[in-house]
Parts: sequence; structure tokens; C-alpha cells
Amino acid sequence: MAAEVVTNNSVRSSAQLKKKEKYLITTVKRLLKNKLAVIGLIIITIQIFLAIAAPLITSHGPLKQDLAASELPLFSEGHWLGTDNYGRDMWSRIVFGARISLVVGITAVSLGLIGGVTLGLLSGYYRKLDGFIMRIVDLLFAFPGILLAMLIIAVLGTSLVNVAIAISIWSIPTCARIVRGSVLSVKKQEYIQAMKSLGASDLRILVKHILPNCIAPIIVFATMRMATAILSTAALSYLGLGAQPPTPEWGAMIAQGQNFMWTSPHMTIVPGIAIMLIVFAFNVVGDGLRDALDPNMDLNQ
Amino acid sequence: MAALITRRFLELILLLIGISFLVFGSMHIAPGDPASIIGGPTASESDIAAIRDNLGLNDPFLVQYWDYLKGVFQGDFGYSYQTKQSVSEAIAVRFPNTLNLAIASMIVAVVIGLIAGIISALKQNSWLDVSSTVVALAGISIPNFWLGTILILVFAVNFQVLPVGGLDAPFWTIEGMKQLILPAITLGTGSAAMIARMSRSSMLEVIRADYIRTARAKGLKEKTIIWIHALKNSMIPVITVIGLNFGFLLGGTIITEQVFAINGVGRLMIDAIAARDFPMVQGSVLLVATLFVLVNLLVDIIYVFIDPRISYD
Repeated sequence: MAAEVVTNNSVRSSAQLKKKEKYLITTVKRLLKNKLAVIGLIIITIQIFLAIAAPLITSHGPLKQDLAASELPLFSEGHWLGTDNYGRDMWSRIVFGARISLVVGITAVSLGLIGGVTLGLLSGYYRKLDGFIMRIVDLLFAFPGILLAMLIIAVLGTSLVNVAIAISIWSIPTCARIVRGSVLSVKKQEYIQAMKSLGASDLRILVKHILPNCIAPIIVFATMRMATAILSTAALSYLGLGAQPPTPEWGAMIAQGQNFMWTSPHMTIVPGIAIMLIVFAFNVVGDGLRDALDPNMDLNQ
Repeated sequence: MAALITRRFLELILLLIGISFLVFGSMHIAPGDPASIIGGPTASESDIAAIRDNLGLNDPFLVQYWDYLKGVFQGDFGYSYQTKQSVSEAIAVRFPNTLNLAIASMIVAVVIGLIAGIISALKQNSWLDVSSTVVALAGISIPNFWLGTILILVFAVNFQVLPVGGLDAPFWTIEGMKQLILPAITLGTGSAAMIARMSRSSMLEVIRADYIRTARAKGLKEKTIIWIHALKNSMIPVITVIGLNFGFLLGGTIITEQVFAINGVGRLMIDAIAARDFPMVQGSVLLVATLFVLVNLLVDIIYVFIDPRISYD
């Protein structure tokens, strides 16, 4: 009898695994059919490569000044992206900037996910907490765009770490609402009631049975949020509230380049294109994932 | 309807109290002693103690918050640590610039967004549709501070047809409009892209609806069908997007003002954050957040008026 149960279980779990694999494969297939998303994936891969291999593919340090070779234009010898007003190599600054934007983006989004998913799960599952948590979420929603991040930076002070923290807090309310919505729809299903009557603990139900059902919207949210996070990091640094000079951060580089717009426009143009490409990439991959994971899923609310 | 509006207003009051509490609280826990900032580096211990007493900084937090709230209701947002100027006056001087910029950007966003979205939907999958979709995606991805810089580079530096920055002429004069064009495009592009995407998908959904087929079947002219029957219904979700975007534009002015050196509330805020001038940060953040909430409330209410199917019960 016991053996039978065991085999039943293993048969079922291997079937489940196959189903998961199949789901994954169809998702990837659907994603790869989307041309824009493929372009996005390529751009993201390139950025990850640049970020990891930064010291290997640059011949100058990003902070190394050479006043004899300042403000060289594009395609100069030894500096194919030119140099800035201190003679620093633009290519290595862009490459090391890729590292910064990726690290800050991933940190901000992961912290935001931890906070948002936890609040969303609690809020959707426990009716008693729902009102309270959702009021906090409403309160955070009362700040338009970048204002909340700026308020947090006003408190914490200006630095890249604080930018990451600020952006993560700003991500929490949206994430919490998305997760809460999924929890509410999953919670009503019979198998959750069945788990409860079998005596499963709340934690087990939440983590093993409800959370996996919210994964699709969370992945889409996280991808889209990477775009926002990278854009906001650059914006805050541009405003002087994030990375400080001489850090090779793209937004800070644009702010610096603005003063040399008349003589060296490439100092402004190049980092801007870098930001635009990567933000575009995360946006289209997010779009593609949304369509691929579930064609009926609606995140437009 | 009246019940809805009353309830919304009660919620609004609670939300505003929450916002003010959050903003005041954050400034309270921020490091840095206001008394020594005001006193400056030369102030003696006793001077600082006197300032401290004078400002009520020795009172418990809730008492300080209550005092601040009382002031706010009388239009008194405190005084800047840095310039000693009244915060409400500083904001009042700059706010018209911020509002002008937000409204001008909204106009740009709505005009471009609607035209692009509707044409895209009517000519689905044509090159016009594909290119407008790509441009819209690019519009969402472009950092607007960078777009602003590039626009300056092209139109003010290279062609010298528009001013580099500033906003001091009134908007109804030619000079004022010239000053507004580049900032409005800079700020409006992102919203235009969002409005275009929304109106495209909404229009596509509506022209496939049964009642449109019926209208065609009874032999109405295509123009009448599109411009009278389809447009009206497809605009319902678009209006929400437009309303929400106005709120975001108010927030977005912060960056655009910096790019074009416009003397608005956003720049005031950035300078205040850098100088740790807390009353100024507090006042300007409070103002922008309050406006944002009010606009969203208005959108909710308008929504019920234009779509009788919706009720918030």
C-alpha cells in the first residue's frame, strides 16, 4: 500500500515536471517568435557580457585621466568612442557604466520584489492584514513617478546605494498589488481549500502552492521594472542625487557632457544611446514575456 | 453619485493626512540637526539651543507634526533653512512655471498620442502602424533628460531657432511659446507614447465589436462608423491613461525643469534636497503629491460620468 502511494507520487511529480518543462519550452518558443523581444534579448546579453568582461575589453581605466588627449572625437585612434574633457576613454566609461546600471538595477528590483511579494502574499491571503497593507500601498502610490525616490534620497542622502534603496521602495506598491491580485484569484480555488483541510500550514500553502501561480506576472513585472530602475538611476544621477563624479555612471556622464555640448556632443550622445538601448531592451522583452507567458494576462490596469 | 463623491473625498482627506505624516516623518528622521543648519557654523551652543527652543524642536514628534499641520492649513509651510524665505512664497512664485510646463506637455502628448494611436489602429499592420509602434516603444525608452539635451543641441545650438532654456516670458506671447516648445516635447514624449499604445489597442478592440458590425451591416458610411460610433467608446480607457499621465507629468517636470533651467517647483525641490533644506523639500513634495492625488480623484469621477457602466461599489 505504502509503496503504491510512493510510486503514485513519483509518477505524478514526474508528470508535473514534464508539464512544467513543456510550459517553459512553449513560453521560450513563443518569446523567440517575437522579433522585437529577440532583439531585446540580444541587447541584454551584450550588456551582461560587457558588465562582466569590463576590465578585459577595455585598455584604459574608466577613471584614468589624460589631459593631453581630452575631448577627442569619435573614432579617434585608440579611443573609438572618443574621450571626455579629462581625456578619459569614453568606451571604458560606457562599459563600466553598464556594470553600474546592471548592478543597481538588479539590486533595486530584487529588493523591491522581496518587499512587494511578501506584502502582496500577506495582503491577499490574510483578510485582516489586507486593509492595512493596501492603505500603505495607496499612500506610496500617492507620489508620482520619481518623487517618492527623491523623498527617500532626501532622507538617506545622495549615493548610488541610496538610489537602489529608493527605487526598490518605489517598486513595492506596484508589485504588491500585482501579487495580491493573483493571490486573491488563486486562493478561492478548490485545491487550496483541500490543502487547508489536509492541515497544511499557511506558510506551506503560501510558498509552495500560491506563490508558483503568481510567478508569471512577477517575472513580467521584474523585467519591465529593470527598465524603469535603470532609467531612474540614470535620471537621479543626472540630477546629482545618485552617482557622484568621477563614477562612470551613464546619467552622471550626460550631466557632465552637457557642459561640453558645443565642443564635444559625443560626450552627451553616447551615454544616452546606451541608456536608451538597454531600457528599450528590457521593455520589449517584458512585453514579449507578457504575451508568451499568458496571452490573456492583463497587466494594463 | 453624490455618495461616491462624498466617500472619495473622505478617502482623500485620510490620504492627504497620510501623505503629510509620511513626508513630515521622513524629514524628521533624516540626519542633520535643523537648529545647527540654521545657526550656521559660527553659532554657539546656546544660540543653537535658543533656535531649537524657538522652532519647537524640543517638543515631542506628534506635537511638532500637529503644529506643522496647523500651519499648512493657514498656508504657512515654514521657512527655508537656507534662504530664510517663506516656503509658501517660494513655491507660489515657481508653481505657475511648473503648471504651464505640465499643461503644455499634456497637449503635446494628447495630440501626438491620439493621432498616432488612431491611425495605427485603422491601418493595422501597415508600415505606418509598425513604424509608429516602434517610435512609441522608443519614446517610452528614451531618457527624457537626454532627449531634452539632444533637442537643445539640434534646435538651439545648431539651428538656433529656439531658446536654450529658461521660462520667463508669459506663455501667451510668441517668446513664451518658443520657450515652452522644447520642454513640452521633452516631457510629453513618454506620455504620448503611452497614449498612442493605449488608444491603438482600445480602438482595435472597439472596431471588432458587434455593434460596429451592425453599423456596417445597416450601411452606415465608414467615416460615420469610425468617427462617431467607434471613437466615442474607444476613448473611455484612453481618458484614464491621459488623466494618470497628467499626474506623472507633474512629477516629470522635476527633471525637465533641470534640463532647461526652468525656475519651477521641481528645481526648487532638487536644490533643497542637495542643501538638506527640509522645510522646502517638505513643502514642495507635499504640494506635488497633493496635486497628483487630486488629479487622480478627478479622473475617477470623470470616468463614472463618461461610462455609465462603471460604478465603484
